[in-house]
Amino acid sequence: MKVFALIAVIITGAALIYSTFEMPDWGDAGSPANTHVSPRYIESSIKETATPNIVTSVLADYRGYDTLGETTVIFTAGMVCILLLRSKKDD
Amino acid sequence: MIKDFDNIIIKTVCRILTPFLQIFALYVIAHGHYSPGGGFQGGCILGASFILLVIAYDIDTVKKRMSEKLNTVMCSLGVIIYAGIGLTCLILGANYLDYGILHRVLPVDAVKARAMGTLGIEIGVGITVMSVMISIFLNIASGGKHEEGAID
Amino acid sequence: MELIIGKYNYWIYIVLMMIGFYAMIAKRNLVKKLVGMNIFQTAIILYFVSIASKKGGATIPILFKDAVIIPEQYMNPLPHVLMLTAIVVMVSTFGVALALIIMIFRRYGTLEEDEILEIERNRK
Repeated sequence: MKVFALIAVIITGAALIYSTFEMPDWGDAGSPANTHVSPRYIESSIKETATPNIVTSVLADYRGYDTLGETTVIFTAGMVCILLLRSKKDD
Repeated sequence: MIKDFDNIIIKTVCRILTPFLQIFALYVIAHGHYSPGGGFQGGCILGASFILLVIAYDIDTVKKRMSEKLNTVMCSLGVIIYAGIGLTCLILGANYLDYGILHRVLPVDAVKARAMGTLGIEIGVGITVMSVMISIFLNIASGGKHEEGAID
Repeated sequence: MELIIGKYNYWIYIVLMMIGFYAMIAKRNLVKKLVGMNIFQTAIILYFVSIASKKGGATIPILFKDAVIIPEQYMNPLPHVLMLTAIVVMVSTFGVALALIIMIFRRYGTLEEDEILEIERNRK
């Protein structure tokens, strides 16, 4: 069983390493991830939101729906922990 | 089992350290516009300060300061603050979570109003993260009984 | 040589991810599986943060006051935002999973997967 797991892991890792030959180099400023939307965030953050920390302005302003969903996920996790585990003392 | 571990140095250091931790957490939340920080990080530090008290003292000490009812209310209060700011924007005539319209109710211009709305939802996120951290830790550490050494 | 310098960060994360993956599918203990899942998520977080970096003097994404803003001088803020929320969600999922594991331990008295399956088989 552990041999099959090891074989599956090695095959998956080899496929992933093969795929990295097509990836942009580490720290490449011209890679697609660094040129698609982030220059707009960097340029217009202080003009549009008056917030120098771009991470905060993207987190709370440009992607507000996303953060609302994440907060709801955290809230649901807390409620699930209470529902699963909490029991009264004299039960 | 846990009562044997009763060290005066650990208790004193944790008691003195806790207010500074909480002040630092509030600084991280409020200064998140200008330095690394924000609601998630500050909320985690606030929750960690209470968890430090649970580890150094016991659960009853923390439940005196932050009761279970208050903690559960604050869990949902953060989400309500977040969604309520979004709803305020909707009522004032803009899109949901479009904070620029808040300049009608705040004494600032439209660009600064976006920063103010951002600060409001960071506070909401911080409250939720803090109370969820505390409730997860208390429930898992005590197996849901909320008393010392009760895990079976 | 250029290949190694340009890509070795991805290989480190892939090795880390495969360690977590192996723990998830090969280990019998449920807590060990959970720790494997955490290692897996940590590898993904490191990967996302590493694609945000820009070589050549780029700093953290906090703007200086009254400076001319050139996008090449600041790191990509978007992966930082996504991973900031992902870290907190990781902690929450870890808490929920631990709660479920406590419930499993209360019901079966063990956390080994094959022993739980054995108990279920005997019950039928």
